[in-house]
This record gives sequence, C-alpha cells and structure tokens, in this order.
Amino acid sequence: MRYVATPIMFLILIIQTSLSAETVDPYIKMHKRMVTIIQREVESTRGYLGREKLDPKVVEALLSVKRHLFVPPRLRGVAYENRPLPIGYGQTISQPYMVAVMTDLLEPKKSDIVLEVGTGSGYQAAVLASIVKKVYTLEIIEPLGLQAKKRLERLGYDNVEVRIADGYYGLEEKAPFDKIIVTAAAGHVPPPLIRQLKPGGIMVIPVGGPFFVQHLVLLKKEKNGAVSTRQIMPVSFVPLTGRH
Amino acid sequence: MPETRAAGTLFLTIFIVSASALAYEILLMRLFSIVQWHHFAYMVISLALLGYGISGTFITLFRDRLFARFSRVYVVNILLFAVTVPTAFLIAQRIPFNAQEMLWDPQGTLWLLIYFLLFSVPFFFAANAVGLALSFYRKEISVLYAADMAGAGAGTLLILTLFYIFHPTTILQLLSAAGFFAAALAAYALKIRPFTTLTILFLTLLPFTLPTDMKEIRISPYKSLSQTLQIMGTRIADESIGPFGIVTVVESPFIPLRYAPGVSLRNEIEPPEQLGIFVNGEWSGVITRYDGERERLKYLDYLTSAFAYHAGNPEKILIVGADGGMDVLQALYFDAKRIDAVEMDATIVSLVKERFADFAGHIYENPHVALHVDEARGFVLKNERRYDLIQFALLDTYGGASSGLYALSENYLYTVEAFRDYLRRLRPGGYLSVTRWIKLPPRDMPKLVATAIEALSSMHLAAPQKRLMVIRGWQTATLLVKNGIVTAEEIRAMQRFCESRSFDPVYYDGMPPSEANRYNILERPFFHTAIQSLLTEPDFFDRYRFDIRPTTDDRPYFNHFFRWETLPDILSLRGAGGLYLMEWGYLILVATLLVASVLSGLLILLPAMTHGLAAKPGRPFGKSRTFLYFFALGIAFMFLEIAFMQKYILFISHPVFSAAIVLSAFLFFAGLGSAFSHRFIERAGYAKTLTYAFAAILLLALTDLVVLDLYYEKLVVLPFYAKALLTVVTVAPLAFAMGIPFPLGLSYLARENAPLVPWAWGVNGFASVISAIVATLLAIDYGFTAVILSALLVYGGALWVFPKRSRPTPPSAPPS
Repeated sequence: MRYVATPIMFLILIIQTSLSAETVDPYIKMHKRMVTIIQREVESTRGYLGREKLDPKVVEALLSVKRHLFVPPRLRGVAYENRPLPIGYGQTISQPYMVAVMTDLLEPKKSDIVLEVGTGSGYQAAVLASIVKKVYTLEIIEPLGLQAKKRLERLGYDNVEVRIADGYYGLEEKAPFDKIIVTAAAGHVPPPLIRQLKPGGIMVIPVGGPFFVQHLVLLKKEKNGAVSTRQIMPVSFVPLTGRH
Repeated sequence: MPETRAAGTLFLTIFIVSASALAYEILLMRLFSIVQWHHFAYMVISLALLGYGISGTFITLFRDRLFARFSRVYVVNILLFAVTVPTAFLIAQRIPFNAQEMLWDPQGTLWLLIYFLLFSVPFFFAANAVGLALSFYRKEISVLYAADMAGAGAGTLLILTLFYIFHPTTILQLLSAAGFFAAALAAYALKIRPFTTLTILFLTLLPFTLPTDMKEIRISPYKSLSQTLQIMGTRIADESIGPFGIVTVVESPFIPLRYAPGVSLRNEIEPPEQLGIFVNGEWSGVITRYDGERERLKYLDYLTSAFAYHAGNPEKILIVGADGGMDVLQALYFDAKRIDAVEMDATIVSLVKERFADFAGHIYENPHVALHVDEARGFVLKNERRYDLIQFALLDTYGGASSGLYALSENYLYTVEAFRDYLRRLRPGGYLSVTRWIKLPPRDMPKLVATAIEALSSMHLAAPQKRLMVIRGWQTATLLVKNGIVTAEEIRAMQRFCESRSFDPVYYDGMPPSEANRYNILERPFFHTAIQSLLTEPDFFDRYRFDIRPTTDDRPYFNHFFRWETLPDILSLRGAGGLYLMEWGYLILVATLLVASVLSGLLILLPAMTHGLAAKPGRPFGKSRTFLYFFALGIAFMFLEIAFMQKYILFISHPVFSAAIVLSAFLFFAGLGSAFSHRFIERAGYAKTLTYAFAAILLLALTDLVVLDLYYEKLVVLPFYAKALLTVVTVAPLAFAMGIPFPLGLSYLARENAPLVPWAWGVNGFASVISAIVATLLAIDYGFTAVILSALLVYGGALWVFPKRSRPTPPSAPPS
C-alpha cells in the first residue's frame, strides 16, 4: 500500500503546486513570452540601437515587474501584449519594447540615482527601480501621480519616490542624477534637467504621441560638461534603397 | 395619388429636408473633427452617406407597401430624421472609440462600424423622404429633384453661416427642429389630421429641451486639448466659435506651458508665461506674455527658424500663419522694421488683438507690425510688397505631423506654384524660410527641397542647388531658399549659428558629409544623403521608400508620403515600435473605399436578386443600363464638384468660403437645370436633350479649367465679393447642364420601367459615396485635372448606355 500511496501523494503534490502557481499568477507564461518577444525585436534592430542585445539586468527587470498590476483591471488580459495601453487621463503605458529599449539606452547601474519626468502608471519607474539604487519620479497629473504612488508602495518599490511636481525644474535638492528619463517630453528639453545631469550622465527622451514613439533622443553629458545628442529610430527601417 | 393641399408646400418640405441633411453632414464633419480627428470624420460621414443608397434598396423592396400609405410614411420618415439627428450624435458620444488604438485593438473596428451604422440612420430617413417622393410623384420628378438640389445648396450656405453664430451642438438642435417643422409642413400638405399636424408642429420645440450636460462635446482624451487640461491647475480661459471651428484658450498658472518647439539644448532662457491656443481640440500655438522686455524673448533666437536672421539682416518680413504671435515676437526680437503678419483665422486674431491684448503686449498693434486676416497665397499675390524674409512658422501640430493625420488635407502653401509666388515677392538676396518638425526617416524636408528645386528650375533660375540652405536641430529643421546664390559669408554664418546652438548643417552646395552629423547624431546622415541624392540622382524619387515628389497645385498633398511598397515593411515592424511610420489618413481612405464598395455592391444586388425589383423585361432601360447610367452619373457629378471645389480654393483664397460658394452654386444651379429639364425633353426628346447636356458639360468643364488658371493669374486681386460672384457665374452654366441628366434619366425610367426608379436613386446614392473617396485617391496620385478629365469620360459612358431612340412623350401618370 505504501508503494502505491507515495507516488499518488507525490502526484497530488505536483498537481497542487502547479494549480496554486496558476492561481497565484496566471500571467507568468504571458509575461515570459512578452520578454522573449522584446528580446527578439531588439536583436532585429540592433544596428539602430547600437547594441547586440538587451542588457541581462534589463531583461531581469522586465521579468520581475508585473505589467498587469500597472494597467486598469479591464485590460489585464492584454497586459503582456507588446503594445501601449490606455491608463486613463489621456495617458498610456508605453509599448514594453520601448520601455526595454529606453531602459537599456540609459545603461542603468546598481548605484545609479535616476530622475524620471512623467510617472504615468509607474511601470517605467518600477523597471528602473529593479536595477538602480533610487528613482525619483515626477508627475504633473495629480490623480495619476497619486495612483502610481499608491501602487508602487503597495508593490513594495520602496526605492521609488513619486512627487506631484512640475518636471521642468527637475528635483534640485536631490540633484545631480546619473540618469534622467523624460517620458513626458514637451517641445524642448528643460535646461534645469541638463544642469541636474551628472557629467558622464545619460538622458533619454522619447519623442512622439501617446500611442507612438517616433524617435528617441539620447543625450549625453560629457565629463567636461559638453552635451551631445543621438537621434535613434527605434526600428530597423532603411529609408534609402539602392546605392547607399 | 393622395390629395395634397399645395404641391408647393410639399416641395418646400423636400427643400428643408435636403437642406437639413446636407447641413447635418457638414456639421458632423465639424463635430467629428472636434471629438476625434479629421480623417475619421471623413470615413464615418462617407460611410454614413451610404444611408442614401440603403434607402434606395429599402424603397425598391417595399415599394408597394410604402406607396399604399404614402402620406403617413412620408411624414414619419421626416419625423424620424428629426429625431435621429441629435440622438445619433448623443449616442455616439458614449461609444468608447479610440482612433489611436485602432491598430492594436481590433475592437476599435467594431466601434467604428457602430458609429457608421448610427450615423447612417438619419441620412437613411432623409433619403427615404426624398426617394419616396421622387418615385411616387413621377410627373414631378424634375421639380422635386430641383427642390432637393436647391435645398442641399441652401443647406451648405446655411451651415457655414450658422458656424459663425452658434456652437455646434446648438446647430444640431436647430437642424432637428427644422426636421420637425418640415414634418409638420408635410402633414399639413398631405392633409393629415389637424391635431396630428399641430402636435408635430409643437415637437419643433423638443430639440431645445435637451439637458445641458447632454449637449457637451466629449473630446477624445488623446487630443491635445484634453491632455493639456489634465495638467494640474489648467483651465479654459476663453472659448470662441468661428468658421474654422472652436478656438479654445487655456491657461496654466501653476505649470507654465513653455512652448518653444525644438529649442536648442544650449538655450538657458525659460519662455515667459504662455496661453495655449487650440482649434477644434488640437494644439495651434501660444500667446506669449510680452511686456516689451526684449531679453525675455532670447529663447526665440535658439530655434532653427531664427537662422534666417543670422544668415542676413532682414528688415522687411512676411510671417505666414501668425497665430498667437510667436514668430512676430521673434521678428521683433531681431529688430525687424516692417512685419506683415498673415493669419487666416479671424477668431485667433481677435483673441490676440482684443481679449488677450494686454497679455500679448498689444503686439498686433505694434508700429512695426501690420496684421492681415487673409490666406497666405492670396495675400502674396495681391500684395505688391517685396520682402527680405518670408517666414513660415511650424504650421502643423507635432502630433498631427508625425502620425500622418494630415495626409488627406490639401495644402496649397507648399506647392511648386506657391514657392514661385513667394520667390517673386523676395527682394534680391531675400530668403524664404520654412520650418518643419523632424521626422525620421526624413520625409518633409526632402519633399520641401524637391518642391523648392522644381520651383526654382521652372523659373529658369541658374543653379537652383546653390540657392538652398538646410539646417536641423533635435526636433525641427529649417529650409532657406534664397533669391540669389548663397555666398561664402552666409555659409560661415550657418556654421556659426549651428555650432553655437548644437544644430547640424544639412545642406549647402558643396557641403562635405562630415559636417552633417555632429551634434544631433543619426545612425547615418539621412537628411544630408537624401537631399544630396535628390539633387544628383534622377531616379531617386522611385528608390526612396516614401513619396517625396514635389507637390503642385493640381496635387497639393504635401503630407502624403505613403507608398504601397513600404507597407509590408512597416507592418512587420509592428512589435518594434514601427507603427508610427504608418500613414493613417491614406489607409483609412482606402479602407473606407473597400467597405463602401462591398456594402454598395451587396445592397445594390439585393433588390436585383429578390422579388423587390420586378423590372419589366425587354424594356430599353433594363437593370444593367439603369445601373450603369445612374452609377456613372453619381461618379461623374461628384468628381466634377469635388475637383472644381478644390480648384477654386486658390482663386477665392479661403478654403471654407470657397467650399461653401462652389458647393452651393453647383447644387443650386444643378437644381435649376433639373427644373428646366422637363421643358427641354418636351421639345427635343430624351436622347437629344441628353446629348446636348453632355456636350455642354464637356465644353463648359474644359472651358472652366482654362478660365480658372486665367482667373488665378489675373483676377486674384479682386475683392472677395467680386471673386465670389465671378465663381458663381462661371460655375452656373456647367452646374445647370450637370443638373439635367439625372432627372431626365429618372423620368425616362418612370415611363419605361417604373419599378426601377427607387433602385436608380439608391444606385446613384452609392455611387456618390464611392465617387467622393475615389476622387481623393485619384487626386493624390494624379491631380485634380485628372479627376475632371475622368469625370468627362464617365459622363461619356453614361451617354453611351442611355437608350438612343426614345419616344418624346411625357412621363405616364403616377400609380393610383
């Protein structure tokens, strides 16, 4: 009897484990699939992004942040599709591919202090917070900022600080920053933000509308304070054919 | 035939219904442009107009039953039109459709379909009323059709007048009330019980009882006005209505707006306080606080558009699209002596000059500034003055420019002919400066350069390539076309300007590629390569992945860059953020054509396959001929109407007024042609009258085509009213001739094959919808002249299918 009972018990245990895993997080499969798709897309655009593949730290961060907890409940079913989603107040949570690319372009390090302008859902801040030491994030839409603050606190991202404030002036008292990401780009880059970027620091600015990023501007501040920008098409698209 | 009190009253009901339906169509365009975006408005309204065709199918299928209760059915249809006019819009306001999500979310297509079904309902009822009357009172076809056309013409004029006076939702109520009034008139004319007639008359007040919150227009949360209003502390400071739509001014006291598009990263100056201007919910520009302190405007020297002031020392300046005055301030910053600022939207001008004059520092009253409420092309032609600089501001919003929203909008500012006009107004050594948003891969700038080169070459000026300079920043690029050869000193000024502001030179003749990619580094110097290639490689336009051919007045689609060959690549990049390369406007137009064609096909075939279309076999005007004839008329009429409407925009120098004048003239005189058609038929018979009408159309259309060019060359300086009158006089004979074939065909059909009358009405309705879309697609690729010539060919086809020998007897009596 004992010989029969043991494998049965073992089987029950396995089923129970798998069932409870499914119950706890039915999104795991979709989440992994999304990250795999992003990695594949990045590899196909490597020539344009200037990197062969995503930094493993970024991949790990993408795997650790549960996107479905950052979207409105009615959209959780599609939270792991590689697409932007509306989050209310006329704002969107960016396409995960763009989040991955922007995070990677920032070359985040464990010791970094990062400033984000435009908190939105808080997803980008959470991804960054999984890698860096501290993320300060500013939002000008009050209810959206408060929502993100609550969400990030609830999810245990205690190295993220959300503030409702005008992003133009950055955060003087916490400056300088190793990295800055301006996800709510206006017509121009606020000079205070450039000042608050450490020499050797990187700033990423997506240019586009709520649902489409047209191109990314990567701003680098050299050790001597000189500033240069790179304009990056996020896609592998050759406009000229033939003799070029 | 039911007893009528007065035939005239009945005709009046047709007139009112047609006027309200056409006004409703234009109003919906406006409302949709406010709620969503222009191209979706175009799609939804085009498809909704299929309601006309559907009505034809409906009457054909249920003809006998409808005729048996004609009086009641007629009145009820008008009543239902009146009811559905506001309700369709109110329901649509509650549909969670998000145009921007369409490509990601298939549900969006479903909502769009519901939109279309919803809006086709009012048109269906209006068309039922007209179609029923046309099929029922067969003796009166020519007069009824005349009332229908004249009503539509009046509706066009009416709505544009109403736009000046009332808010769009109030107009919605007025149109509904007009519908109820028409129903009451119909009830009276058809001798329906006085109590019922009075009740319906009383219902005229019903639309005005709508609660205020229901009247509110719910703008998409993704439009720039909604987005700006989300910012903490923002509020609407003013809302005005005008012919171009609703102008909203927003103030943001806590978080300033700070609009300085593409300002250099080296700029350290924060812009002064600004008020945002929005037209129909879309960003238009800013009114900047100006207290006369010049230094506060220094940031304007850090825009790429400031380059012209460094290349030379312009004193006399023309600013096109003055809007809230940012470019005027820039010119004042550079001590310009004489600034002519042209702005087409009088509503915006009055805001800057009156309501916010103190805030704006009375810039439009500045002794150096002369403001002109006018259209730029017309102003340049009328005005003899010569300038050191003609400055074109960033006229499109960033969102619109980057997403292909304007692909279908005609733009007569950036055409070869326009550039020629501007260049003629430059003093020797003067500049034409055009600034555009940067798009990656480059599209606007190469097209602009191609257009400039074409203009310079057509003026037989030596070495066009030596007259250009292009620079780019991180978000904007500026083209300078010089009236003269660019000098070494100017090139040095360009290099200094770029170096001090971290901008990059893109092009000057002989520029080494090493200069092209230093500050705003691209993976490859795309802009430089593209412009260099288009100057040196004849087959470059074919090899480029976007359409960057020069635009002309005949094909004025500057924002159209789409090429079918590129579509598969863009679709394959969906997952990697590539959808921004998609040109929405054009694809939506194609999708609309597909949906309209399939639906039309099905609905035209439906009565033909069922008992509903009991045509009499062996008659000279059978199903096939009827279909071909009325379909051809629908196509050709709209082709001519649309193409001429476009062609007159330049002459009248105002897009909204020219549309109103040309459309109403076309419809009114076509109505007149219809009213007289009966007399011609009595004298010459059907076939001959038709041949004469077609000959007249052919001759007059070709004459108008030639005359229009002459008008533009010689008479554009005339005052507005003289030009309007001249337009009406020129359009009238052509429209008169175009008004004959339809009622002629219908009355011939009524005699020979009466059951086909409502079907023909439907076929014509379907064709009109398809025609409007095809006309735009044709114009984008081949130009408006091609659309006009195609129309004449199609008219020829209609003449060919019409039975050659017909008895000259009048139509038979209507059914009992």
